Amino acid sequence: MLHNLNIGELAERLGKRQISSVELTRHFLGRIERLNPALNAFITLTATRALEDAASADRRLEMGERGPLLGIPLIHKDIFCTEGVRTSCGSRMLDNFVAPYDATVVARLKAAGTVMLGKSNMDEFAMGSSNETSYYGPVKNPWNTAKVPGGSSGGSAAATAARLAPFATGTDTGGSIRQPAALTGVTGLKPTYGRVSRFGLVAFASSLDQAGVFARSAADAATVLQLMAGFDPKDSTSVDAPVPDYSAALGAPLKGLKIGLLREFFDGLEARNAALIHDALKIYRGLGAETLEVSLPHLPLSVPTYYVVAPAECSSNLSRFDGVRYGYRCDRPKDLADLYTRSRGEGFGAEVKRRIMTGTYVLSAGYFDAYYLKAQKVRRLITDDFRAAFQQVDLVISPTTPTPAFDIGAKMHDPVTMYLNDIYTIGANLAGLPGVSLPCGFVDQLPMGLQLVGPHFSEAKLLNAAHQFQQATDWHRHAPRGYE
Amino acid sequence: MSLTRQDVEKIAHLARLSITEQEMPVYVTSLSSIVNFVDELSQAQVGSVVPMAHPLDGQHQRLRPDAVSESDHHEKYQQNAPAVAAGLYVVPRVID
Amino acid sequence: MSGWEVVIGLEIHAQLATNSKIFSGSATAYGAPPNTQADLIDLAYPGVLPVLNEEAVRMAVKFGLAIGATVAQRSVFARKNYFYPDLPKGYQISQYELPVVARGSLKVMLDDGTVKTIGITRAHLEEDAGKSLHEGLANATGIDLNRAGTPLLEIVSEPDMRSAKEAVAYMKKIHTLVRYLEICDGNMQEGSFRCDANVSVRPKGQEKFGTRAEIKNLNSFRFVEKAIQYEVTRQIELIDSGGTVIQETRLYDSDKDETRSMRSKEEANDYRYFPDPDLLPLEITPSFIEDVRATLPELPDDKAARYAKVFALSAYDAGVLCASRELGAYFESVVAGLSAAPGANALPGANASAAKLAANWVMGELSSALNRDNVDVGRSRVTAAQLTGLLLRIVDETISGKIAKEVFEAMWSEGKPADAIIEAKGLRQITDSGAIEAVIDAVIAANPKQLADYRAGKDKLFGFFVGQVMKATAGKANPAQLNELLKTRLDGAKHA
Repeated sequence: MLHNLNIGELAERLGKRQISSVELTRHFLGRIERLNPALNAFITLTATRALEDAASADRRLEMGERGPLLGIPLIHKDIFCTEGVRTSCGSRMLDNFVAPYDATVVARLKAAGTVMLGKSNMDEFAMGSSNETSYYGPVKNPWNTAKVPGGSSGGSAAATAARLAPFATGTDTGGSIRQPAALTGVTGLKPTYGRVSRFGLVAFASSLDQAGVFARSAADAATVLQLMAGFDPKDSTSVDAPVPDYSAALGAPLKGLKIGLLREFFDGLEARNAALIHDALKIYRGLGAETLEVSLPHLPLSVPTYYVVAPAECSSNLSRFDGVRYGYRCDRPKDLADLYTRSRGEGFGAEVKRRIMTGTYVLSAGYFDAYYLKAQKVRRLITDDFRAAFQQVDLVISPTTPTPAFDIGAKMHDPVTMYLNDIYTIGANLAGLPGVSLPCGFVDQLPMGLQLVGPHFSEAKLLNAAHQFQQATDWHRHAPRGYE
Repeated sequence: MSLTRQDVEKIAHLARLSITEQEMPVYVTSLSSIVNFVDELSQAQVGSVVPMAHPLDGQHQRLRPDAVSESDHHEKYQQNAPAVAAGLYVVPRVID
Repeated sequence: MSGWEVVIGLEIHAQLATNSKIFSGSATAYGAPPNTQADLIDLAYPGVLPVLNEEAVRMAVKFGLAIGATVAQRSVFARKNYFYPDLPKGYQISQYELPVVARGSLKVMLDDGTVKTIGITRAHLEEDAGKSLHEGLANATGIDLNRAGTPLLEIVSEPDMRSAKEAVAYMKKIHTLVRYLEICDGNMQEGSFRCDANVSVRPKGQEKFGTRAEIKNLNSFRFVEKAIQYEVTRQIELIDSGGTVIQETRLYDSDKDETRSMRSKEEANDYRYFPDPDLLPLEITPSFIEDVRATLPELPDDKAARYAKVFALSAYDAGVLCASRELGAYFESVVAGLSAAPGANALPGANASAAKLAANWVMGELSSALNRDNVDVGRSRVTAAQLTGLLLRIVDETISGKIAKEVFEAMWSEGKPADAIIEAKGLRQITDSGAIEAVIDAVIAANPKQLADYRAGKDKLFGFFVGQVMKATAGKANPAQLNELLKTRLDGAKHA
């Protein structure tokens, strides 16, 4: 079945003209029409445009042009600005917003000849771990539609798991790619901070946000990362460092690779979850890797640290949404103050307002030192812990999430309960490190993921380690029932 | 550490967010819960550690040459605007 | 006023004369139709990011070097968070704890010729906001974001000024300096150079500062002086009548000549400054600084010292001539023209007298005409070469100094060189002794009573006869010859 082929296989068939990009696109559009209503993974479908893009890719293929993603369909998380197409960030605030430009990531993938099927659903302004805060309704997990797919990139994760596209883009600020990848049984990669341009990615927390990819294998993720990565002069935080050949790095034997198991998070971890990680470690040892324990003593503080830094930055980043130049404006504002408070009060959902207010609070006079400044100091301690660990090991391993997917509605009563979902993923964002989640088994018939984190710019090593695991196991080939 | 209703009103005003009467107690509770949670940071011993504003150390700001690279697209951009008159973005009267 | 001391600090915002904005590639030219120079970054669209303009950094460093300040090796951009429609992001990118330029100072010459050193606390880079327009919009305000993102250098003085006049002198010196450095065009009408004044009073001898009020957006030297004067009086009267000065922001109303409280800024703003995560720390290397140092022009104080020495001018005159690079260049050109003229007096001191002549005319007639027509010396209707031509006619006695003033006015309004006007109006001096004597005789004959009185001892009447001859010759009689011949005639007759 076309939707079970990997990107390399699809590119080969397109190259041999065994299928056209238009046929491939129609195939996925057909699946979306049938299967998406149960999942609500999309906010905007761009079927007409997709077929035009596919036709244009076909013309390029006819002319003899070849490329790893030429003619391949994808889905963009609705946080990336896409020219001429609504970009809503899952919010009423941008429900009527048509972006006048393409994000750098979008432009690069477009230039490579990809075909955009649509914009995926997400937690509002990327704030959430379950895709339940979207103005457009929650996304359902294809493994069990009573469960969440994770968030904030829930739509991209669910769509990839449901084989509605070969791959999807996402963003990860505290785990928003890795966590939903784990809960939906796909591979999710968050690159090093600064590896991929943030220009055109609607900012949530500027020093934490990174764009990344969902795919059904590390090999596919490597292909996509190759085209997303690289210096962008429009992003001052973009790093001007050469991009290695990620696909060529796959296949290097793991002999001598040192993998560190995070000591801090094994207390209180559910036995079945822990067992999956231990099984994974056995596989790695079988592949020639060495496994040892590492300690990151400040890591338990990573969640409170994140929930000071991220809201602080977002409270400022979201001030531009004021009903003046674009976006939602309240009806009949009676004066300027009313314009601001009601456009923002009505345009934003509850979680976004909570985070803006938390951020405003921790930056405010009298609290700045105790919260914001303190958190940035702890951030450095966490980063130093990772640096010390990477003196002893090449990669760090942990579960991606503490539990499998939970019920929709189960954690909405108390924000803090929801925040603790990110306990394994947040550290990598604070330290700017690359991380990948890959499927490693099932608990209660729901997928679980293992997470590998590496030093800055170690994506090649990371993807290879993930790839080797996927050569030795087949968790990543499982499809949810009804979506095979 | 609990927040009072006044605290929340002050923060909501700084952030220009309207909160209804019904919503107010919910926000007071949830914000108090969050602040309580992050108060865990007060236990951390940080000594003289330098705060980390950017995750990659040793990087510094790139400089861009002083060249005009943008031209006028106001008609395109103003298509998204809620209220425009004579090329200006219109808001309720601002009093100084 | 006695018993009170006034304390003033100025915050000057100078728009840097870059081609593009500080964080975006939009043009900065003044006067474009609304929102035609506002790109996605200036409009604060979702997803956009700032990238720093190198020239803005150079200009800031140039300023730092010119005031003898330390240029920070590492400085940080911070967000100043507040809501206002002309501030599209809801925050201004500025610098807070670590500005690009740290402490420096400036020597300022006051009206009485004394020199005072004014401290400058810091100068930092930030972006300008847009503009709010109220005309033609019923109950609404229109926002133009062309100006949003223009680079500003905010220059903060120490509270070292003790009078409105000192404050104006300092402001003028900064104005001169930024134009010398070519980092700002200093056009106050267009808003390129704006001043906020922090004013407080305290009883003489008290160390603690009084509560200060901030007067915002003063855009002329005159307004700064008047606003401060009004504010000082207001504060003193307030305290004398038992009130207290509140720390607040006020606006100056030039029509009513008074300051009043700004309603919208009354509430204390919590700006929640934090380092901007979209911008990395700015590192300035010693070699970058030396590159910039090499581009520094001769600074106003150095030029004034040079003038005083080389041209034997008073410190005051030298200072006035150095108020702008263009005025100094004009002056030097005239001096050079006078010195190089054939027949120029080669005696020692000739240079000094050429300089003195040039200085008098540049500071006098030329400056009056420039002020009257509100024109920069660059657009003077009499060029340096033309003025030189006129002054040479005084030196070679073709015309008197007094007639020369008439000629200058005609040159200014008609745009013609001196010789053409002298010919056309027949203003040549009369140097023919015979002709002068003839007029003298006619005047004497026509005024027998005055003649008799003069000979009887009323020496003051000499001036009367001079005046009459000048009248009869339309001012063209050579004054020196006239005096000599008249004296001979009047006295001669005396002895007859």
